[in-house]
Amino acid sequence: MANPLRSEVVRLYKDLLYLGREYPKGADYFKDRLKMAFLKNKGVTDPEKIKELIGRGEYVIKELEALYYLRKYRAMKQRYYEEGKKE
Amino acid sequence: MAGRVLVGVKRVIDYAVKIRVKPDKTGVVTDGVKHSMNPFCEIAVEEAVRLREKKLMKEVIAVSCGPQQCQETIRTALAMGADRGIHVEVSGKDYENLGPLQVSKIMAALAKKEEASLVIVGKQAIDGDCNQTGQMTAALLDWPQGTFASEVSVDGDGLKVEREIDGGLESVRIKMPAVVTADLRLNEPRYATLPNIMKAKKKKIASVKPADLGVELTSRLEILAVEDPPQRQSGVKVESVQDLVTKLRDSGTL
Repeated sequence: MANPLRSEVVRLYKDLLYLGREYPKGADYFKDRLKMAFLKNKGVTDPEKIKELIGRGEYVIKELEALYYLRKYRAMKQRYYEEGKKE
Repeated sequence: MAGRVLVGVKRVIDYAVKIRVKPDKTGVVTDGVKHSMNPFCEIAVEEAVRLREKKLMKEVIAVSCGPQQCQETIRTALAMGADRGIHVEVSGKDYENLGPLQVSKIMAALAKKEEASLVIVGKQAIDGDCNQTGQMTAALLDWPQGTFASEVSVDGDGLKVEREIDGGLESVRIKMPAVVTADLRLNEPRYATLPNIMKAKKKKIASVKPADLGVELTSRLEILAVEDPPQRQSGVKVESVQDLVTKLRDSGTL
């Protein structure tokens, strides 16, 4: 069992779960899909492959942060700044 | 000569939540509703942290006024990089009447007590939409202000602030100590991820009462009613241009 990597994977799961609370389609929707995604790769043992999958998870974290930022920025822009105002 | 930055953060109903007015029209439903840091306050915290990361300031102090739950908001600021927090305890009726005037008195008292060189707040809160706290704080302290800041840079013993105004952009140079209010395009705030929240648990949050700061919280405002905006009238479809012109003439628009 890739033991040091195990704690990294658990940490990744917790980080993603925390981020998922703000997911637009709902925290439960996110949690279900997160669980499925991790369970699908339950049997992977090759450390290289695990590292690659962790990298993918970290990429998703960056994507979610960007999504949340853009959503908030767009909402604020729409509410507080007149249409047609130049950037 | 790096100084201290005091950042005010407000706990508001999350921007994505659909607001519901209470049936008795005294306010808005807040029980059980998701709350988070005011988006403009996030931008203010980000700017303060960036100034410290560039070593232009030496310490970032996050302040929030309100009940126990405000500590969550301060924790978010700490997770984003603030060094320590101050929770000004205000609850019950006092909290319902807490407005920009009271908060700015508190911020002014804290700025003096902590010997801050800079106070940064968001330009307005998405619940009150007052856009007054920053300005009032500057006036109470008799400090210069750079409001609606879309860019802030240190210029000798002062600050150069680019302000977003109706006509475009305005550049002002203000001496420190000063007050700055953050506008939307000042920066892109970082997300307070779980590892950062965990690290922030080690940082201190001090609790203080307004009376300790010599601030009196009575409000001269009374909320008479809170109501929903009027329902949008449904549109009317017309068959032809002639119809449209007739309808416009009838309504007095043409």
